[in-house]
Amino acid sequence: MSALASLGGVWPRKFNQERIVVVITCGLVVLFSLWLPSFRTASNLIALVQNVSILGILGVAMALTIIARGIDLSIVANMAVSVAWVLQLSNHGVDLPIAIAAGFALAVGIGLINGLVIAYLEIPAIFATLAMASAAYGFVRAFLLQDNLVYLKAAEGTWFKWVGSGQIFGVPSPVIALVVVAFFAFLALRFTVPGRFLYAMGDNPAAARTAGTPMRPMIVLQYGCAAAISFVAGVVMATAVDSMETRVARSNLVYDIILVVVIGGIGLSGGKGSVRNVLVGTMLIGVLLNGMTIMDVPYTLQNIVKSFILLAAIIVDAAMNPRDEQTSQQGDI
Amino acid sequence: MRKIAIRSAIAACALAVAGAAVAESPDDGLQQQANAAMKGKTVAYVPIAMGFDLTEAWAAGMRLDAAALGYKLTIRDPNWSVDNGAQAISQLISEKPDVLVVHPPEIQAYTRLLQQAAAAGIPVITMNLKSEANGDIYIGADWYDIGVKQAEAMVKACGKDAGKNGQVAVMQGVLTNPTSQFGIQAVQDTFKKHPEMKIVSNQAADWDASKAHAITATVLKANPDLCGIIGFWDNMDVGTAAAVKEAGKTGQIALITSGGGNQASACDNVANGNFSTYISYDAKGQARDLMMAVRSVLQQKPANPGEKAIGLYTPLRTISKDTLYNGACWNLDDVKKYGP
Repeated sequence: MSALASLGGVWPRKFNQERIVVVITCGLVVLFSLWLPSFRTASNLIALVQNVSILGILGVAMALTIIARGIDLSIVANMAVSVAWVLQLSNHGVDLPIAIAAGFALAVGIGLINGLVIAYLEIPAIFATLAMASAAYGFVRAFLLQDNLVYLKAAEGTWFKWVGSGQIFGVPSPVIALVVVAFFAFLALRFTVPGRFLYAMGDNPAAARTAGTPMRPMIVLQYGCAAAISFVAGVVMATAVDSMETRVARSNLVYDIILVVVIGGIGLSGGKGSVRNVLVGTMLIGVLLNGMTIMDVPYTLQNIVKSFILLAAIIVDAAMNPRDEQTSQQGDI
Repeated sequence: MRKIAIRSAIAACALAVAGAAVAESPDDGLQQQANAAMKGKTVAYVPIAMGFDLTEAWAAGMRLDAAALGYKLTIRDPNWSVDNGAQAISQLISEKPDVLVVHPPEIQAYTRLLQQAAAAGIPVITMNLKSEANGDIYIGADWYDIGVKQAEAMVKACGKDAGKNGQVAVMQGVLTNPTSQFGIQAVQDTFKKHPEMKIVSNQAADWDASKAHAITATVLKANPDLCGIIGFWDNMDVGTAAAVKEAGKTGQIALITSGGGNQASACDNVANGNFSTYISYDAKGQARDLMMAVRSVLQQKPANPGEKAIGLYTPLRTISKDTLYNGACWNLDDVKKYGP
C-alpha cells in the first residue's frame, strides 16, 4: 500500500482516475465502432445506455454513501423485496398508488434503520448494511411475500408499467430515469448544505463534527436517500421485465455497483467524486458488456474481464486516493 | 327416571362407538397396511430455493400427503446457495429421514453427499435437474429431449422450409446446470441436420430476467435479421420477451422456451404472443409423481439405497397458440390451495 501511495504522489495531477476511464471508454468506443459495424448504430448506443441504466441508478445510491465514507451493501436486497411487495400487493387487488406508497415506505424504512444503526449504535457501515441485507430479505420473505418471484400482472397497462418499458422520443424510459436521478443527486450534492456536509464527513469526519456538521442525522438521511433511490431502480427493473425476482438480492449485482462507483473514481476512502464519476464508470461497463455481447464472448470470459477491471480500478484507487492515516478510523474500507 | 337416563346415555355411547367403527373404512386387504407404513415417517426436502413455481408446486403435493397420511415433512430452503444446500443435506443425513428429496442446482454439486446418504441407508429422490447422482428415483425432464424439441420447433419457424434465414440466438441460464449441459448439445446436434440453421449468439443470463433483457436488447441490435431465440427457462425469458417487445419484434421473432407450465409464466405468455412455442415439463404433474414416489418409497424402502435408480421422465407438452387448450397450464395459487 505504501509503495502504491508513494506512486500516487508522483502521479501527474491532471491524470485523475475519471479522465483515465473516460479515455479508456472512448478508446473502446472507437475500437468497437471500427471493428463491429453493429456497435456504432444509434439504436445500439441507446440500448447500451439502457442496459446499464439500472446499474447507474444504483451506482448513484451507492455513491451517496461512499462519498460520506460509508457503504450500503443492502440496496439490492432492499429494492428487490420492497418492489416485489409492491407487485404482490397490486396483484392482490390493492390500489396501485397505495401499493407503491407501501413499498416505498418499506424501502425507506429499511434505509432509515441502516442509518440509525450506523449513526447511533456506531456499527461500521459495511457490517451493518451487510447484516441488514440478509435481515431485510429474510423478514420480508418470511412475513410479507408469498413467493420469491412475483409477476407484474395487475399493473399491466398502467403508467407504472411505463416507468421501465416506455419511451419519450425514442429514448427508453430507464435512460430517462437514470438522467433524472443523476440530475437530482448532482443538484443535492453540489448545491445543498446536506450535500456539502456529505463531502465534509467523508473527507475528515472528526473535523466535520468539530465544525458543527450534524453527523448522526446526516448519516440517517444519507442511508434513507440511498434506499429511496434504490427503490426507483427496483421499479425500473421490475417494470422492464414484468417481474421481480428477489433472488437478485443474493446475486453479484451489489459488487457490480461498487465496481462502477470505484472505477468512476469515487475513492472508497470517501470525500471525493461526484455523480459524474458514477456515470463515467457506468458507461465503461456498459460499453464493455455491449461490445462483448456483440462479439459473443463466452459468459465466463466476460466475468474474468470484468473482475480484472475491478482489480485494476481498486489498485489505481489505492494509488490515487491513499488512505489518510490522520483521519482513518476503525471500520473504514 | 334416572335409570332411563343412564341407559339412554349408555345406548348413545354404544351408538357413537358403532358410528365411529362404521366411519373407519373396512380393511380391503391393502389400504390399512399402506397407511400404517407411511404414518409417522419423515420426508425431507431440499429444493434449490422455495418461493418459485416449480419448488412450490412440488412442496404443495407433499404437504397435502403429509397432512392426509400423517408423515412429517421437513423443508430446508437453501435459497439458491449451493453451500447452504450442502449443509442442509449433511445435517439431514445425520437426522436420517425416511426419504430425502433433493433438487440439485448443478450437475456435480451434491454427488458426494448423495453417495453418503445412500451409504447411510437413506433413500433419495432427485427432482427435475438431472445430476451426476440420481439417487433411487429421478423425477423430471429429459433435458436433451427438451433441447431437441426446442430446436425442431425453431427449424420449423426459421429454417429454409419457412423461407427464413435460420439465424438463432441462444439464451442459457447457469452454465453448470444440466439444462445448459444437455440443452445446448441437443440444439447443436439438431441444427447439424439443418445446415441453414446458425447460432449467431450464445449467451448466459444466470436465470436472471433483467440480465436476459439486457443481453437480448444488444443481440437484437447486433443481429437485425435474427429470426429466433431459444431460451432455457420461462422465468428468465420473460426478460428476453420484454426486450423483443421493446424492439417491436414480438411475433416476428420466434421465442421458444421451456418451463414448468405455470399459467402466469407459460400460457399467459403464449396467449399474448411473448412466447411462440413453450415446452412444458408440467410441474404440477411432477408434483403428483413426487407424491406417489414418496408414498411408494415410504411403503417399501429400496433394499440397498443408491444401488439402482429408477428414471421417471416427465412427459413433455408442447404449447403454442394452436395447442393452447384449457388446462394446458396450471395455477400456482390453486395448486397450493387444493394440491396437484
